[in-house]
Amino acid sequence: MSKKQPVSRRQFLNYTLTGVGGFMAAGMLMPMVRFAVDPVLKGEAAGEYHPTQQKVSELTDTPVRVDFSYEQTDAWYTSEVTHTAWVYKNDKGEIVALSPVCKHLGCTVSWEGNDHKDKFFCPCHNGMYEKNGKNIPGTPPLKPLDVYPTAEKGGLLQLGKPEANNV
Amino acid sequence: MLNKIYDWVDERLDITPMWRDIADHEVPEHVNPAHHFSAFVYCFGGLTFFVTVIQILSGMFLTMYYVPDIKNAWESVYYLQNEVAFGVIVRGMHHWGASLVIVMMFLHTLRVFFQGAYKKPRELNWVVGVLIFFVMLGLGFTGYLLPWDMKALFATKVGIEIAASTPLIGHELKVLLAGHPDIIGAQTLTRFFAIHVFFLPAALLALMAGHFIMIRKQGISGPL
Repeated sequence: MSKKQPVSRRQFLNYTLTGVGGFMAAGMLMPMVRFAVDPVLKGEAAGEYHPTQQKVSELTDTPVRVDFSYEQTDAWYTSEVTHTAWVYKNDKGEIVALSPVCKHLGCTVSWEGNDHKDKFFCPCHNGMYEKNGKNIPGTPPLKPLDVYPTAEKGGLLQLGKPEANNV
Repeated sequence: MLNKIYDWVDERLDITPMWRDIADHEVPEHVNPAHHFSAFVYCFGGLTFFVTVIQILSGMFLTMYYVPDIKNAWESVYYLQNEVAFGVIVRGMHHWGASLVIVMMFLHTLRVFFQGAYKKPRELNWVVGVLIFFVMLGLGFTGYLLPWDMKALFATKVGIEIAASTPLIGHELKVLLAGHPDIIGAQTLTRFFAIHVFFLPAALLALMAGHFIMIRKQGISGPL
């Protein structure tokens, strides 16, 4: 037998009591912590398309403002929210729907706002974007405007959840 | 690692005497269930404290979801119980713990009463204990309304009518509790919430501190 490492009575009691106590404390705290972090673990709902009143056939190469509303469920509270998109058809005839949320600090941009020709303009810090949403270097935004996935149903435009734009 | 951190702090602040003073004290033979099993009756005070700690913790977590508003209170309780992970357990801890704390406190009171442990020089600790009893009952009463279901509403109506039957100041007491002369509603709920999570817990912690300081100062009463 190799040299024994005797565990004293005091040490043994310390270890077992710490273990049992830790186990009991964990059993008490685990549900509460899991309860608190639940929103982080719930994950995001799959993006669904929301109908708008915009006729696809009426879209041109000039961005128009499209407001659309839908029911939003926030835990126990359900309400109608309104969002906005700037929509046009590009050279290839594809529909482009841009989010108006400025990528600088989240103000709302508008097409040719403040007489800036062919630009999206943000009034908060003079941020500017090209028509395709690309941020103009030298203005505050560092990323292009988010883009809505689009769909068409019965001739009307439908919009999903805005995604990062890769222009 | 932990030892090193402890030593680093201890070297500068000399914290060992602080916790020694709290943790290191002898348990007399007559209160140690290992010597006389009947000494388990001495555990009820500690159990009351333990359940109180669980109540405070679970209550803190419940307020992450609960809203004290007549339109949303019931909905938020329903949501946290049925949609949030372990919601039913966390709410269950608070719900059942509330009854358990009264039971434990009652058994502790019985032990102190029948052993005559409240006698001189510990009269003041008995008085503080009775105040803790009232604060606990207040916590139970105010917490009962918060889920804002029918049981909560009618229990509170009855409770407030009992308060209203107090001689002379009955009506004022009722308005003070309900926040309105006729309605048990929006103002009652916010009031009860404030009392339940701020005022009474503060009073409880102060009284418990007094209770514990006194028992450490005077020591536990001798064997029968």
